[in-house]
Amino acid sequence: MKAPDFDYLRPETLAEAMDMLSRHGEDGAIIAGGQSLLPLLNFRLAGPERLIDIGRLAALKQIVDGDGFVEIGALVRHCDLASSEAVARAFPLLRQAVGHIAHPAVRHRGTIGGSLAMADPAAELGACCLALEAEMSLQSVRGQRWVRAVDFFAGIYETALAPDEILTAVRLPRRGPDSVQIFSEVARRRGDFAIAGLALVADNHMANPRLALLGVADRPILAEKTMALLANNMAAADQAIELIGNEIDPAEDPAYPPAYRRQLVRTLLRRTLMELLP
Amino acid sequence: MSIGAEVPRDRAKRLLLGRGRYVDDISLPRMLHLAFVRSPYAHARIEAVDCTDARALDGVVAVLTAAEIADAVASWRAEHKLFPAMAAPEQFALARDIVRWQGEAVAVVVADSRAVAEDGAELVAVTWHELVAVTDAKKALEREAPVLHDDMDSNLAFTTEVASGNTKAAFEKADHVVEEHFRFHRHSGVSLEPRGIIAEFEPSENRLTVHQSHQTPHQQQDLYARLLSLPEHKVRVICPDVGGAFGLKHHLMADELVACVAAKLLARPVKFIADRLESFLADIHCRDHEVTARMAFSPSGEILAVEVDDLFNAGAYGQYPRTSIAEGNQITRLTGAPYRHEHYTANLRMAFLNKSILGHIRSVGHPIACAVAERLVDMGAAKLGLDPIEVRRANYLHGDDFPRTSVGGVEFEYLSLRGCLDKALTMIDVPGFREEQANLRAKGIYRGLGVGTFVELTAIGPEYYGQGGQHISAQETCLLRLEASGDVRCYTGATDQGQGIDTGIQQVVSDTLGVPLAAIEVISGDSALCPVGGGSWGSRGAALAGEAALRAANTLRRNILSIAAGLLQKDVAALNIEDGTVVEAGISHMTVAEVARIGHFQPYAIPDGIPADLTVVERYATKDRLFLAGNGVQIATVEVDVDTGIVTPLRHLVVHDCGRILNPLLVREQVRGGVVQGIGSALYEELRYDDDGHLLTGSFADYLVPMAGEMPDIEVAHLENPTATSELGAKGAGEAGTAGAVSAILNAVNDAIAPLEATIAEVPVTPPRLLKALGQI
Repeated sequence: MKAPDFDYLRPETLAEAMDMLSRHGEDGAIIAGGQSLLPLLNFRLAGPERLIDIGRLAALKQIVDGDGFVEIGALVRHCDLASSEAVARAFPLLRQAVGHIAHPAVRHRGTIGGSLAMADPAAELGACCLALEAEMSLQSVRGQRWVRAVDFFAGIYETALAPDEILTAVRLPRRGPDSVQIFSEVARRRGDFAIAGLALVADNHMANPRLALLGVADRPILAEKTMALLANNMAAADQAIELIGNEIDPAEDPAYPPAYRRQLVRTLLRRTLMELLP
Repeated sequence: MSIGAEVPRDRAKRLLLGRGRYVDDISLPRMLHLAFVRSPYAHARIEAVDCTDARALDGVVAVLTAAEIADAVASWRAEHKLFPAMAAPEQFALARDIVRWQGEAVAVVVADSRAVAEDGAELVAVTWHELVAVTDAKKALEREAPVLHDDMDSNLAFTTEVASGNTKAAFEKADHVVEEHFRFHRHSGVSLEPRGIIAEFEPSENRLTVHQSHQTPHQQQDLYARLLSLPEHKVRVICPDVGGAFGLKHHLMADELVACVAAKLLARPVKFIADRLESFLADIHCRDHEVTARMAFSPSGEILAVEVDDLFNAGAYGQYPRTSIAEGNQITRLTGAPYRHEHYTANLRMAFLNKSILGHIRSVGHPIACAVAERLVDMGAAKLGLDPIEVRRANYLHGDDFPRTSVGGVEFEYLSLRGCLDKALTMIDVPGFREEQANLRAKGIYRGLGVGTFVELTAIGPEYYGQGGQHISAQETCLLRLEASGDVRCYTGATDQGQGIDTGIQQVVSDTLGVPLAAIEVISGDSALCPVGGGSWGSRGAALAGEAALRAANTLRRNILSIAAGLLQKDVAALNIEDGTVVEAGISHMTVAEVARIGHFQPYAIPDGIPADLTVVERYATKDRLFLAGNGVQIATVEVDVDTGIVTPLRHLVVHDCGRILNPLLVREQVRGGVVQGIGSALYEELRYDDDGHLLTGSFADYLVPMAGEMPDIEVAHLENPTATSELGAKGAGEAGTAGAVSAILNAVNDAIAPLEATIAEVPVTPPRLLKALGQI
């Protein structure tokens, strides 16, 4: 369980990093906190010729408390996310979710950009980005583009990132003052990958609900039919709980059969909606 | 008195400070590293192995296959003469022709670093012809199943029956019978430190020196000498700090043997440290039994008869040198052992499968025997409308029942089951729990309470392996050396993997000899320095090595006092040693240090004809006593989330009797660790294979170990009924926690879901299994 040989590059600036990627993107891999990539290397499931360590790009470590949005740099670590007042004020969902990410040691190294770019379907932050209508900043020597979270995730460990692009930031539009944000998941032990999870974001009286699910498909997904049913209609809660289990189509898994995951999302939605009852 | 005191172990502090010295912390000059080429298939024919590219890789020193090592190492068979009918197919250090489990090694790359060795392993091209894998005992025993081994007619490795009384008639006559079909899935010991070895061969002296993470250095010395054709006194096995072992490190492992072969062939030190994936693949596994059992009751709740059928999913071979029979043997002998029934029949069928070798992991067979019986007792009590606790109390062996040989053939000198139960009931308010349970159920919260009674077979006597033909010592010897300063070095054949037996032995010597703890150093884990002994297995340290230490300390004490009496012209019977000083009726005469100084440097001053040896050796071996049985009761409470299937342990208490306790602190920690392992197998740990024999749980993301966050506080209390078979009176304590925890948790889960008219008898109790039992999915 030792990584295959690789070259190691450490750019000092974003421009330098993009330049390296433009030359080595196809056979290189970006490393930040290393919490996903290093195990893959050690298992020899990945074998890039070069690692491009973006850990020194200070510009990517900022949380910008902007007007109408909060922008979180890709190198912001999970522990930074948990302790940011700006994030806590605007997006309590993120603080709730971060508490479920692994253990303190991982949260002190792992970054939001690393988690999103890895695109593990069971990761908490991807579902949160979907629920919060995040946009991802993708930069390369060819320029910068913004991609909506719903378009960013393309499949298991697959994203819209081109080989020469770096995910530099995530921009989250502010919600109204009555915004409801609830995150929950089921894991066997504290800190385990979730078997299934649910992020609910809505305005008052279940207006504009967004229900994002993790762990139940090849990527984080929105339960769109259930969202439509629930919109401005808490009275449809029982129907919604039934529907959300049918709306998903989890893959066969020897440990957790699809029927179990359907049952979990129903339970998660029921418990989430219970919290909203007066 | 030091015995009975809560002495913390010195070693713990060192390990916690990060100053441990495990095998991987050792580096020798010119040392090479190994990586194995392992079979990706559970069953396949090896058609060709092409090592050309691997050998050409920079940094690779050698690539060895079965052909290259054939002359350097012998093969072996896991035979046991007490079970002569048990199949024992020939085993090789590296697979020849056919691989029979995924992870079986077919070649090894020896290189300058582990990373380069792994690069080389990727370049070894094996041409495989995949064969149909047999992965389930039921299917393995069907007539048309492919047979794993050429010299066998079927995959049935062994079958036996244990019977007493007239079970059939008892069941026919019985008013009430309960029956359950149980499944106990496969798991392992999962030590924090994986297996590891450094083998070093000096050709000019024909000398093999091995540092190995292991429990039994003398057994390994014997095995390496015989399998590599070396004189035994030229083989030295040193076990440095060992980071957990739990039984998975008291076998011969082919990987480590290959390391010795490579060191011998290349005449350079060779290191192999198993990574986590190859640990899951190629460590010894345990459990994997399918048990159908019945229990017959009288209308008043008297247990009349027990019947057990155990289908044992063993591995591709028997484990060597101990064989794989013990788990099935324990289940067929121990199920229902705490109870006073007269009619008992147990059948065992053990099948070879295309899975890793299955063997002895902590509490071999006990958790299964215990869970089966305890579940049936609860089911019987429920059927009869009786309190399961009172049914237990009424049926426990007690008082005049002892001494007794159980219907399963296990000797009980004395069991304190009623005492343990009564003590446990003072620690938890059961009526209060029942009331709260009823209130919470009305709110949709499901809690349950489960009791598990266990007997614990410890300190195995020499007959089991002696008559089996294995070179495994169950005799313990202690060598004490009084240094010229008056300090004492104690060499024991027992070994310590974290349980603290070194400290226990230190306490025995301190009390017996009359010198302070700080004046005693215990030295263990070196086959060249320490007297031949069994190391650590089957909870033997305190009972056997402790007794040997007591005997040696008595002898050294006698010699010290004889010398002092001679020097002082006193009657030796009037002298005593207290706190390192020779005293007479409380008056100090001379220190042990003075005796030592004179004994070593001025021996001419000692009168002739008195025992004056300052290095003494004594041994302890039992005779005609297969086990020392301890016993106890565990009570667990859990909460079951009936919507997610998640089980949360709430309280867990253990009342345990292991005879005389050397060190309550260390015994409690042993019990707690054992309970955690038991909760692991009850709720989390499982080595899952697909139908083709591919392991699905190759990392800690998929193989769940119990973590501190999920564990309840574990409350431990003791009764102390010393065994009369030794002067020390200690029994073993290492199995207790694991033996009983599965039963207590399984019963608690079933108690929690009883109002939903559901039951479960499959462990680990995973959330999907539980929801299936509840009819939710």
